[in-house]
Amino acid sequence: MTIPILMESRDFSLAYGLKWAIRHISLPIHKNHITAIIGPSGCGKSTYIRAFNRMNELLAKTKHEGQITLKGKDIYAADIDLVSLRKQVGMVFQKPNPFPKSIAENIKFGPKIHGEKSKSTLTDLVEHYLKKVALWEEVKDKLDQSAFSLSGGQQQRLCIARALSVKPDVLLMDEPCSALDPIATLKIEDLMRELEKEITIIIVTHNMQQAARISDYTAFFNTDESRVGELIEFGITKNIFTNPKHKQTTDYITGRFG
Amino acid sequence: MSSLRKPLIEKLTYGLLGGSFGFVFLCLMVILGIVFYNSAGTLSLSFLLQNPTDGMTKGGIFPIMVGTIYVTLISAVMSVPFGVFTAIYLNEYASDNAYTRLIRLSIRNLAAVPSIVYGLFGLAIFVKTMNFGTSVLSAGLTLGLLSLPVIIAASEEALRNVPASYRDGAFALGLTQWQVLRKNVIPVAMPGILTGVILGISRAMGETAPILFTGVAFFLPETSLSLNSQFMALPYHLYIMSTQHHDIDGVRGIAYSTAAVLIMLSLGLNIIASLIRYTYQKGQQT
Repeated sequence: MTIPILMESRDFSLAYGLKWAIRHISLPIHKNHITAIIGPSGCGKSTYIRAFNRMNELLAKTKHEGQITLKGKDIYAADIDLVSLRKQVGMVFQKPNPFPKSIAENIKFGPKIHGEKSKSTLTDLVEHYLKKVALWEEVKDKLDQSAFSLSGGQQQRLCIARALSVKPDVLLMDEPCSALDPIATLKIEDLMRELEKEITIIIVTHNMQQAARISDYTAFFNTDESRVGELIEFGITKNIFTNPKHKQTTDYITGRFG
Repeated sequence: MSSLRKPLIEKLTYGLLGGSFGFVFLCLMVILGIVFYNSAGTLSLSFLLQNPTDGMTKGGIFPIMVGTIYVTLISAVMSVPFGVFTAIYLNEYASDNAYTRLIRLSIRNLAAVPSIVYGLFGLAIFVKTMNFGTSVLSAGLTLGLLSLPVIIAASEEALRNVPASYRDGAFALGLTQWQVLRKNVIPVAMPGILTGVILGISRAMGETAPILFTGVAFFLPETSLSLNSQFMALPYHLYIMSTQHHDIDGVRGIAYSTAAVLIMLSLGLNIIASLIRYTYQKGQQT
């Protein structure tokens, strides 16, 4: 049985100004699976994941070559609506970033903006998505309190719920656990396994054990001598970690550098 | 040696910093004390509500207060929207290049231009070229220009201080740029923007030089709210009462009371600003 491919990057390169950050990256993102991107600092992991919802363009002038497709359509094509792209490809950031609003308002925020007006529907959505990220039991009595009153791990789960609330097909997670303690990290990992049934996840992680634990596919990135990030190896996670084909991958996963 | 010197340096530093604070505080108290001490006997509710009478030797400052409030309102109507919108454009939409940096630098420098220069500019542009005459409109527009750089600089600062993560998070949910601004950025920046607005307005309210050539009158027997008419204003009234009046010693009380009213108006504006900030911040947290 072949697994459908939801997104795919084809010989994709991206530059900030004149400097290429990542070059010639081709890999498939399989539907309803978790793809992990690992590699040493500065290898372009974050740049790459932010290319999937075109967040790089917010920071600076960028240019690109090649394609990234979503359901077969190039997301860099001229007629792409960025708003609808980012609705389909949601994102969770490195540092939990709840908005300075109540817990409930953080969840209602996206649906409201995208046109949901019914109060009862919005209230239901809050419960639905907080349950989805296993936060409901912890916060159901303080939905009107500031989201900042939550712990870091709870905040991150709230941010995941917020990202899910606009029903994306793909969830990008940029080192979502790097600011969290091990217990909070495990909770997020369990959650990802759960979410994988309904949604496609791409995760950037510094933590190799994490990639090995949760992902189905792993892409290993490294930088060449001119500090440009490139894809070294991509494959089924089990194979990458037990039987890497490239020496660089072996060196990295055995902890020789990075 | 050093173990002996350290506590000494600590004490000296503390003394210097604390002494500076004490000195500044004392100066403020002396100024306020003199103003309010000398306005005793003149300053009263009827002083606020009466017209000046008997060649401005008796009566109150009602039309003068009205004039100041009116001209300040006109200046705010001009400077607040233009100032805040300009700041939003500069910080959120304009690309960061040599050209916009030059504009930013110019705006910063405008804040340091002496107010008399604004007065001359207002005379040339509003009174003469645009033919508004010496009027409350010309004076209000001139004051508006004066407060613009303060409002722009403070608003830009407030917008810049909004954490990038609020923008990223909102963009990632598929919001348009204006939605991100309206929902996530401007509400967070609002307390800072309001502070800048109030600072700019209260600066304009106390200025004399910009209105001197553009619309303020020595004395007007009738109060008019027409935009074309001249007006009386507290800072100028204070100037007349302390230097130009035929019976300066006789009107000392009126001069000091005028100063007291001006101070209280400024204070009032600042208290309002603090209250708005406070409620906004409280609203943000819940």
